[in-house]
Amino acid sequence: MKSLHRSGGPRQKSRIPWDLVIPLIPLLLWLFLLLIFPHLRLLMLSLMKRGQKSLAEGGIFLGNYLKPFQDPDHLFIRVFIRTILFSLINTLLTLAVAYPIAFYVAKVVKGMRKFVLLVLIALPYYISELVRVYAWMNILRETGFLNYLLVDVLHVMSQPVEFLYNTASLFVVFVYSSVLLMLMPIYSSLEGLPDEQLQAAQDLGAGPLATFTHIVFPSSLPGVTAGFILVFMMNVGDYLIPNLIGGKNNLWVTEMIYNRFIVSTNWNLGAAYSLVTLVLTTFVVWLGLRLTGQTLRGVFSEQ
Amino acid sequence: MAQEIDVELVHVTKRFGDLTAVNDISFQVPRGSFFSILGPSGCGKTTTLKTIAGFEEPDEGDVYIGGERMNNVPPNHRPVNMVFQQLALFPLMTVFDNVAFGLKMARVPKSERKERVERVLEQVGLKGLGDRKPGQLSGGQQQRVAIARCLVLNPTVLLLDEPLGALDLKLREQMKIQLKQLQHQVGTTFIYITHDQSEALVMSDRVAVMNAGRLLQVGAPDELYTNPQDPFVAAFVGENNDIQGTVTGLHGDHVTLDVGPFQIAAPVHPQMTVGSRFHNFIRPEKMVLLPPDTGRTEPTNQVPGLIQDVIFDGAVARAIVELTGGQQVMVLVTRTSDAPLPVRGEAVRVAWEPRDAHCFPLE
Ligand SMILES: Nc1ncnc2c1ncn2[C@@H]1O[C@H](COP(=O)(O)OP(=O)(O)OP(=O)(O)O)[C@@H](O)[C@H]1O
Ligand SMILES: [Mg+2]
Repeated sequence: MKSLHRSGGPRQKSRIPWDLVIPLIPLLLWLFLLLIFPHLRLLMLSLMKRGQKSLAEGGIFLGNYLKPFQDPDHLFIRVFIRTILFSLINTLLTLAVAYPIAFYVAKVVKGMRKFVLLVLIALPYYISELVRVYAWMNILRETGFLNYLLVDVLHVMSQPVEFLYNTASLFVVFVYSSVLLMLMPIYSSLEGLPDEQLQAAQDLGAGPLATFTHIVFPSSLPGVTAGFILVFMMNVGDYLIPNLIGGKNNLWVTEMIYNRFIVSTNWNLGAAYSLVTLVLTTFVVWLGLRLTGQTLRGVFSEQ
Repeated sequence: MAQEIDVELVHVTKRFGDLTAVNDISFQVPRGSFFSILGPSGCGKTTTLKTIAGFEEPDEGDVYIGGERMNNVPPNHRPVNMVFQQLALFPLMTVFDNVAFGLKMARVPKSERKERVERVLEQVGLKGLGDRKPGQLSGGQQQRVAIARCLVLNPTVLLLDEPLGALDLKLREQMKIQLKQLQHQVGTTFIYITHDQSEALVMSDRVAVMNAGRLLQVGAPDELYTNPQDPFVAAFVGENNDIQGTVTGLHGDHVTLDVGPFQIAAPVHPQMTVGSRFHNFIRPEKMVLLPPDTGRTEPTNQVPGLIQDVIFDGAVARAIVELTGGQQVMVLVTRTSDAPLPVRGEAVRVAWEPRDAHCFPLE
């Protein structure tokens, strides 16, 4: 950064280093319009009573922030914990599915086939999430494809079963929709691992397992952590899948927020629920990084 | 004298699709020797080494290490270690952990591990650098880590794939000597790959010259230089002048070669018949420059020419001479007397004895 400032030397009279600012404008706009502005708006809403016009008019009201913790039966806390727990389990499942695929594509397949595989993996994600979720509903429901296969074709079951609206179906569709997000960062960190390092490990006496634990996994760790955070945050914040696939027994924290905003049209309370969720989730991620001895900087910069 | 053989390749062939990267290669590496494989880029050196290390399985032929057949034995079960062309140090581990890796895999106890790693680090001149990451070392130091990582395991054979390739000239000269000394010191058999003929000649006990997947000649550096068995070896090992011509007369102990603008005498080759075309190689130091008007009849071959350039290099100078007809040759001028060096544009005669030349049939 220092050297960049110095390089702006000849254009000293304009004071503002335009050569630095102009490339940053899209980023700043994005940050402001999509991140800072909506959240400031949420923050303001959450600090006002229902029906209050502005902060200046009625002063700051903190009552909304107590609500999530005063739900009957501790509903919010229970839903939040379940959301976090299920998201964690799902992220682990996704990792278990995505890692071997990422390894296979990055280190085993060569040349044209690698390219074809990558395109095939990414292809379903060109379709909107809603459509993909409906496709899964079509497969899993009582009159769906899976029942047709098991009952009418393979005759393993005599009666069709409702596969939808339970925890298992929730995980299946969640993993399906998260795999790419996990796979890509792992793939790219494995792609950067030279084959010679694997050969060197083997040459020095390491079998496949030792090569994996000592060489492959450590060098893919930044990708794993990046994928883990991305998938975890996506899962916690997802609305469609818990709502359409998870059924009544799998209430998600997003559904609660939705209910506050839209069903009970209490925007001030909804805003407080959102921000509490945001802070708590961020804390969970931070805790996770701390417990595994990593830093965000280490994950998102090289090495 | 029955010498023990550490590595032996018997009719090894390796193909990649249509390309035959290694073509029917056989050689033996005696125990404790410094053995080099010399050849131009892409001739199959790395592939040959990888068949010894076990990263490539030969399509035909057998690999023996210490007398045991190694085909289908995985790399981690072969008593050889390899220093890779790209070094392939583990960037996330410290220098110490890099060197200790093989011992850890062999489940050597921690205290012994530490002792052995420190001893070998000292041996290669990296004492005190164990805590650094490979990225914090110079090219020459990284290269020595790569060697230390293998040596610590006391391998029967150490395979080195152009380990000096990435270093600058000066460091390379230095490392050449150090490597040779290290090999003496540890007594391990080294199989060393290089495309640099001076590297191979300086360090090796024996050199195998390869081209386009084939092994052309194996011998001591001196033998390859003075008695090449193949035109490629003659041209690739050391400097050489190649004067090509057609055989016009067979005279028992020598032949007459018609080069075009002039005729020369050349040694006999069993495949020579009148009309066949041949290479005739003469080393620069086997040629002398004579004044254009001398009456001397020795050496036998004398061809007039003009000095094009003189490259002065301290004790010796190399004269580039354009012979009648336009071919250029290089002549080594040793400064034994106070005779002045030839100058550009000077008319001379280039002379040599036919028996100092080597003839090979032209393809
Ligand atoms: N895995 C592979 N697949 C296909 N072709 C290969 C493979 N490895 C090597 N080759 C080809 O085999 C030939 C010999 O390669 P090799 O790496 O042995 O050459 P080399 O003598 O080590 O060259 P250099 O001095 O440039 O390292 C080359 O033409 C190369 O392109
Ligand atoms: Mg090579």
